[in-house]
Amino acid sequence: MPAASLDLFAIEELLSDEERMVRDTVRNWVRERVLPHIEAWAWEERFPRELVPEMAGLNLFGATLKEYGLPGLTNVAYGLVMQELERGDSGLRSFVSVQSALVMHPIMTWGSQEQKDRWIPRLAAGEAVGCFGLTEPDFGSNPGAMRTRAFRDGDGWVLGGEKAWITNGSIADVAVVWARDDDGVVRGFLVERGAPGFTAVDHKGKYSLRAAVTSQLVLADCRVPESSRLPGAAGLKCPLGCLTQARYGIAWGALGSALATFHAALDYAKTRVQFGGRPIASHQIIQERLVWMANEITKAQLMVWRLGRLKDEGKATFVQVSQAKRNSCWVARECARLAREIHGANGIVNEFPIMRHMMNIESVYTYEGTHDMHTLILGEHLTGIPAFMPPIESRE
Amino acid sequence: MKSCVLMAYVPDTASVIKVAAAGNRIEEADIKWIVSPYDEYALEEAIRLKEAKGAPVTVLTYGPERAQQGLRECLARGADAAVHVKGGEGTFGDALAIAKVLAAAVRKSGPFDIIFAGIQGVGSDNALVGAMVAELLDVPHVTGVVKLEIGDGAITAHREIEGGTEVVTAPLPCVVTAQKGLNEPRYPSLKGIMAAKKVAIQAFVPADLGVDEGALAGAGATCRWKALALPPAKSGGVILKGEEDPAAAARELARLLREQAKAI
Repeated sequence: MPAASLDLFAIEELLSDEERMVRDTVRNWVRERVLPHIEAWAWEERFPRELVPEMAGLNLFGATLKEYGLPGLTNVAYGLVMQELERGDSGLRSFVSVQSALVMHPIMTWGSQEQKDRWIPRLAAGEAVGCFGLTEPDFGSNPGAMRTRAFRDGDGWVLGGEKAWITNGSIADVAVVWARDDDGVVRGFLVERGAPGFTAVDHKGKYSLRAAVTSQLVLADCRVPESSRLPGAAGLKCPLGCLTQARYGIAWGALGSALATFHAALDYAKTRVQFGGRPIASHQIIQERLVWMANEITKAQLMVWRLGRLKDEGKATFVQVSQAKRNSCWVARECARLAREIHGANGIVNEFPIMRHMMNIESVYTYEGTHDMHTLILGEHLTGIPAFMPPIESRE
Repeated sequence: MKSCVLMAYVPDTASVIKVAAAGNRIEEADIKWIVSPYDEYALEEAIRLKEAKGAPVTVLTYGPERAQQGLRECLARGADAAVHVKGGEGTFGDALAIAKVLAAAVRKSGPFDIIFAGIQGVGSDNALVGAMVAELLDVPHVTGVVKLEIGDGAITAHREIEGGTEVVTAPLPCVVTAQKGLNEPRYPSLKGIMAAKKVAIQAFVPADLGVDEGALAGAGATCRWKALALPPAKSGGVILKGEEDPAAAARELARLLREQAKAI
């Protein structure tokens, strides 16, 4: 916390020395290596690929894993990494989330020894970039209805279909692609860059996550060997399990965005002078906004901290993760809006980080389970009634 | 070959400093502590030496309990061993007392072929400790080094002097103090942070080293901090309006620079 006095509930004391050191290391790196350039990168719609080796040097990829000499961070420490990356930019955090939670995690969980040996060290070192292909142009919140198919063909498989909104898609060396087989079972495949029939095209015209790559994947009779299938993965629960991992990181990450806009607004309010030579922070309406932000951020920090400890104990559930992801993204979205109001006209220019965070958080609010879908997950948990597919009148 | 790094754990340079009620110390509540930035250059140079020549790195500090965290940060960046001499409250800012404790600790933990330190600690900014440690150990020292080559049994060091660079050679063992520009310190890796907590830090009190800290802080003190005061608050500055009569504004500026600021 730049000013310790903002930590009213002494959340700092809930962290171990290592967790604080991990957080401060990533915070310093982001401050020195990302913040001076991020507005330009976002403006130019450029992912700073040159930072990948540095991120690997810090061990940001697969940081919770212990295998292959990886750091084996606690889940709270991992969450703090996500928070600090997203304090920089959601796009950067998304890159690390995907590489770690959506690529290295499924390979470690369901991959063969050969697949792990081939990919985990390269992904950890940033020598290979990964992406995760579940969402399709027509199936976002309802991935179970995916159209992508995997047909048995001799000793291999033929994949056919399209995936959309894939972070890292066109720069990925390996794509974790989910497809339904002849028996209707969802299977995972490691599709390598250059596989015949596999192409990636970037989404154009994004106003959000402009410093990250977002692509469509096309699998046109893409033939892959049996050795590319994740042998341990069967059923939709596997990709959904990956999303629970990634959502956990987002629950922390979004608070990084909230902290960025809050601190920018606090600084601005204390220095912007208006009406009688006094800073606007002396105005009651401005104070009310700042208090709202600080209050919600503190509540959300306590929620993600508790979730992290539960996850370390192996007791976290996907419902808790949904609640935390939903809450953090909402808090961050509201903070961006309030910070923009406090900044007045200055809030719309990239001299300040507000508009970038505001546009980024619109993606984060929507991806990895929209706010509404997480509401329905919690609704089902509370009532026992799933509201995902309301009954419809027969039209015949 | 073995190297040692003398490290001071100091208030973050971004901290808001307040004078404590006692009047001769800073208020330590709400201060974030960091490895002194010049010591980061010293540590980085030692780690590069380790990478080049396999010289293990021992980090040594003299300070209160919290300084252990600074040692952990150095271990996370790649140091191999850490020594903590606990104390320092009474000898705060007394360069000779600190140097006596550190020299005794170096003798106890050594021998070392090269001892690195920052050119100064950003706490009390004395820039004396490194050279004093060298004198107490009776070895040469080179201060303010911006470029260093370590050969067989000797070093060649480039040090900043007014208006130029001095190139100095010295035999090993010796003390080198690091100036900004010597290198670009690395970030600790997350793996290094997790590994650092497993390293046992060797802890001493000055008496273990044969040093009477009470005497250094009392009758033997060479420096006493009587009072601290914050620099006067900056005034808003003067803006000369030059749009209408630039020549008059320039004359006024020259007059102020000469008479008020005494800068020309």
